[in-house]
Amino acid sequence: MSQEFTIDDLKRILLEGAGADEGVDLDSDILDTDFEELGYESLALLETGGRIEREYGISFDDDTLAENRTPRALVATVNALLKDAVGV
Amino acid sequence: MTAKVVITGIGVATPNGLGVDDYWAATRVGKNAIGPVTRFDAAQYPSKLAGEIHDFTAEDHLPSRLIPQTDRMTRLALVAADCAFEDAGVKPGDIPEFDMGVVTASASGGFEFGQNELKKLWGQGSQYVSAYQSFAWFYAVNSGQISIRNGMRGPSGVVVSDQAGGLDAIAQARRQIRKGSKLIFSGGFDASICPWGWVAQLAGGLMSTDENPERAYLPFDTDANGYVPGEGGALLILEDAEAARGRGATNIYGEIAGYGATFDPKPGSGREPGLRRAIEAALADAGLTAGDIDVVFADAAGTPELDRVEADAISAVFGPGGVPVTAPKTMTGRLYSGAAPVDVVAAVLAMREGLIPPTTNVTLSPEYDIDLVTGSARTAPVRAALVLARGYGGFNSAVVVRAAD
Repeated sequence: MSQEFTIDDLKRILLEGAGADEGVDLDSDILDTDFEELGYESLALLETGGRIEREYGISFDDDTLAENRTPRALVATVNALLKDAVGV
Repeated sequence: MTAKVVITGIGVATPNGLGVDDYWAATRVGKNAIGPVTRFDAAQYPSKLAGEIHDFTAEDHLPSRLIPQTDRMTRLALVAADCAFEDAGVKPGDIPEFDMGVVTASASGGFEFGQNELKKLWGQGSQYVSAYQSFAWFYAVNSGQISIRNGMRGPSGVVVSDQAGGLDAIAQARRQIRKGSKLIFSGGFDASICPWGWVAQLAGGLMSTDENPERAYLPFDTDANGYVPGEGGALLILEDAEAARGRGATNIYGEIAGYGATFDPKPGSGREPGLRRAIEAALADAGLTAGDIDVVFADAAGTPELDRVEADAISAVFGPGGVPVTAPKTMTGRLYSGAAPVDVVAAVLAMREGLIPPTTNVTLSPEYDIDLVTGSARTAPVRAALVLARGYGGFNSAVVVRAAD
């Protein structure tokens, strides 16, 4: 059975790697909010991406983080990669 | 254009005090803050003492967004910047963003952050290194983070000239105000009490190896045997004097009235070191003579050769015993780029109270004919002060601070 990556996993990793902006509540409905609006610039996403890769044993393409601009998109992409990894 | 540039806000964090009130309460009574290193296990190193800041928890003051991306020195600087704004009675949005800048000094950069990431690189692999290593170690990072946090997009930069940098940055800030900026943050913070920072400083060969906190850092004493490092610094808000009065600034601490900087001649040249010329240049820039200066805050290197150079320069300009000299940094250790901005703070607070803080633990060597304020503080009217700072490798800087009225 493949491991699942959830929005809660993403929130935990965001907080560990980059913290949270004042005035941003990660526990509100953020699934479709752009990362930039949540206060995460490219470096914060790079750090977050690196932590996800390490923890879940997957690798992103160079443009994975640029293309997945919302938590929903990133969670879906990570789960697709996890599924592929199990399928190999 | 030679507008008067004044200090209107202060944020200070030193081993003997956080904030202006704490710092001065400790400094005026000579409270020692040098002790055994606790930030790492220094048992295996030849130097085991430091001036550490013990009661600072960054998470109490800064958003969690800033914690993973900042070295300790940056956290201290960001909190000091907040305090300075509050002290000045200005909010970041009160002044147009391109009229405010940040010019700080840095001697080491974020060594502790960098050390942790290098450990991950060699211990776990490159994929474990924080993305924030790209800037968190960097000399300019304090200027950058203060600028971003407070929306200050005017002229900014960093000066790297070891301890002298603390004054060089203030001078650069003054230039920017004279060119038209409304408000410039200046000063410096260093905090590299970690193994990597320690060995880097040990390599200079000037750190004290004495293990007695009261005998380890003794500038101008017969037993001078090196310096003790400390962490911390100060940030000053500098403004054009008229503009500051115009906005109703309530804390006008003093004026940055003069500045001089020189570089030492090549070692072995036999030529006189540059410190005397730096002092004379600062006095000339302020339009003052030696007799106008009420106190000198010494660089106080703590090694016999460098103490000799400084005592000779002071005596050459002021005459034997011609001016009170003090080194409150004997309480905290040398704070690198933070040292001289803290001395500028001490100078304006000395003016405010009419009290020269003491040089602690030191008995003046009969070798030097300076009037060193030892033991306890000395009551004296202070209208103008000279602050000296030297950097490893030959930097000499001097700033004259004058009462503003």
